[in-house]
Amino acid sequence: MSMVDGPTPLPGAKASQAAEDREAAKSGPGTSADAPRGGMFKSFGARWNALPRQQQWAWLTIVVVLAYLLPVINPPLISTEPGNNFALACFDMARFALIAVGLNVVIGYAGLLDLGYVAFFAVGSYTAAMLTSPDSTFLKIPYLWTVPVAMAVAMFFGVVLGVPTLRLRGDYLAIVTLGFGEIVRLLATLIPAMNGQVGFQNVGHPPGLEADGTPIFSNANGTPWYWLVLTVLIIVLLLAGNLERSRVGRAWIAIREDEDAAEIMGVPTFKYKVWAFAIGAGVGGLSGALFAGQVGFVNNQKFDVVTSILFVAAVVLGGAGNKVGAVLGGALVSYIPLRFTAIAEYKYLIFGVALVLIMIFRSQGLLPARQRLLAYGRLAYNRVAASGKGGTPPSGGAPGTATSTEAGA
Amino acid sequence: MLSTLAMSVPADSNWINFDVPALIQNFWSATFDGLTFGAIYALVALGYTLVYGVLNLINFAHSEVFIVGCYGVFFTLSFLGFGPSVPNLDFWSIVLNLVLALVVAMVASALTAFVVERVAYKPLRKRNAPRLVFLITAIGVSFSIQYLIFLWRGPNPEVALTMFRPTPIFDVFGTIIDSQQLVIVLAAVVMMVFTDQFISRSRTGRGIRAVAQDPDTATLMGVNKERIIITTFIIGGLLAGAAALFYVMRIPSGVQYSGGFVLGVKAFAAAVLGGIGNVRGALLGGLLLGLIGNYGQILLGSSQWTDVVAFVVLVLVLLVRPEGILGTSLGRSKA
Repeated sequence: MSMVDGPTPLPGAKASQAAEDREAAKSGPGTSADAPRGGMFKSFGARWNALPRQQQWAWLTIVVVLAYLLPVINPPLISTEPGNNFALACFDMARFALIAVGLNVVIGYAGLLDLGYVAFFAVGSYTAAMLTSPDSTFLKIPYLWTVPVAMAVAMFFGVVLGVPTLRLRGDYLAIVTLGFGEIVRLLATLIPAMNGQVGFQNVGHPPGLEADGTPIFSNANGTPWYWLVLTVLIIVLLLAGNLERSRVGRAWIAIREDEDAAEIMGVPTFKYKVWAFAIGAGVGGLSGALFAGQVGFVNNQKFDVVTSILFVAAVVLGGAGNKVGAVLGGALVSYIPLRFTAIAEYKYLIFGVALVLIMIFRSQGLLPARQRLLAYGRLAYNRVAASGKGGTPPSGGAPGTATSTEAGA
Repeated sequence: MLSTLAMSVPADSNWINFDVPALIQNFWSATFDGLTFGAIYALVALGYTLVYGVLNLINFAHSEVFIVGCYGVFFTLSFLGFGPSVPNLDFWSIVLNLVLALVVAMVASALTAFVVERVAYKPLRKRNAPRLVFLITAIGVSFSIQYLIFLWRGPNPEVALTMFRPTPIFDVFGTIIDSQQLVIVLAAVVMMVFTDQFISRSRTGRGIRAVAQDPDTATLMGVNKERIIITTFIIGGLLAGAAALFYVMRIPSGVQYSGGFVLGVKAFAAAVLGGIGNVRGALLGGLLLGLIGNYGQILLGSSQWTDVVAFVVLVLVLLVRPEGILGTSLGRSKA
């Protein structure tokens, strides 16, 4: 074999790799190179990734089944009653989790700060309301058809807003989205056709009747709505996970880590930023349509900008860039004020302060993203994790060739 | 031609109405009113521009720095016995009281800016945090201060205070310019000229420009970067405090926990319009945005349209000329 060209490992690099291996072997398994940063959540994540695929699936199935059963079991300590109906609280948690997963694509993956996410949520809500409520003059379509329409309209607004701003530095996006969040609310007030505070009553809902003739998806019954949103959430999670592992996801992470470097390496950063923003907007519209259906009433009082900041807090709290973290963060941000009604009044202050404290002391959130390793895919991740723990080095059969290289040099 | 365009909008006018005759009729009063608002925007915009020039950070908390100043004005004047009715005082004691309120507001705002910088931004700078972390912290701080005020003062605006009765001074094109408008515009312009001169002539100003241009080189040349950053925040705070007095003078019922937010977005739009990081751009952008917003408000029929118009202007500027009208950054303005 040729010793001159081709990527053979440098002798120095090999030596340092060996030293690292010895170091790892000395300190024993469990203390991999990147372990100390995360505390208990990190070690949980490491253990989870060490499990075989089948066991992961088994555990996931249990978690999903438990999640579906949550409003039926109504566990005593966790329950939000008597203050709030638990099934509706579950719906709200799932809704927030869905929003957080959508916003996580924008903030967590692509590293763009969207401070007006509630606007896309509002666009989705209004689309669903205006296409189903008897109060509007638009043509009427069945509720379930409004969901994709709401997503499309929200994505359209995302593109309209994203194209002028995303060509520029990231911080312009923050202020433009912040403004947009307020503008949507103002337009809902100012344009007569949007009905202002009067709003739209009797927004549609999915079909289906109980035995006694009442609709299954009624406003007061949270359980079917919760199941619907949970199903949507799982689908969106699977899709987001696929995107994350694809070429698109790698491009997003490259943009987040260093936009200039990504551009130089040939990543069309503008295109992928617009995609991230539009996909985030689409998920926002989707959750808005679901929300409008459950509440059954949409007016201009439901979409203030502060809610946007709550959404950002959900993503950041859970761990930007980690979709499981986003679910956790979204559920927590919704759950805490519903469970502890005594502090519900202070929720904005609490989450505002939490936002600052997290950023100063633990900017990766509760469940940190597997930032760099993610880019190489699961295989590489496992190999690095294995070598970090003092297992066999990845290049098992290499020593012979490496020695020959050294001899040649 | 414009009116035919307005006619072609659907007859039931369910979407947006353009009231062109009203705009033509009120053109000059709208202009002077717009300039007055524009002067206030410009003062707040300076705070955004200076911090952006030096740190490359949108200081979202600046709108709260401003609203703290408004509360400073409100409490000082309430303490001095001002109320909803016109005060029964002679000219000089009113001037004295207003100057006192101005000083209190400037100190309160500057102090807020200082505390925000020390508590929130400095720890991040020390460990060289990514930009996203700075932005999220900034919005978190803004949000926290806003809801502290909310919990303290409740959701409703404070009692409207009248500082003095606006008296007509002279008229231009048949439109009366009153003392209030004149005071606001003149005082704001004087302050901005002073700031501009301070930045382009004084030793500290040279330091600010040096840090804006290249923080590392400036540090090597003996500029104390930390001190420059604090100074920048304090100057922004002082100007926001001054803007607070004029704002309360013009919109007495605007002292409210959320009052800073929309004004903040508009002031930022003004800064971008003029060219962010550019001191003179802030003045130009502020005045222009005040005019555009006021015309839009009369054209469309409700005062809330000013916010929408300002936002549309921001997006259009970013689309067409993102570097703003004057364009140059703080570091590159003339030495």
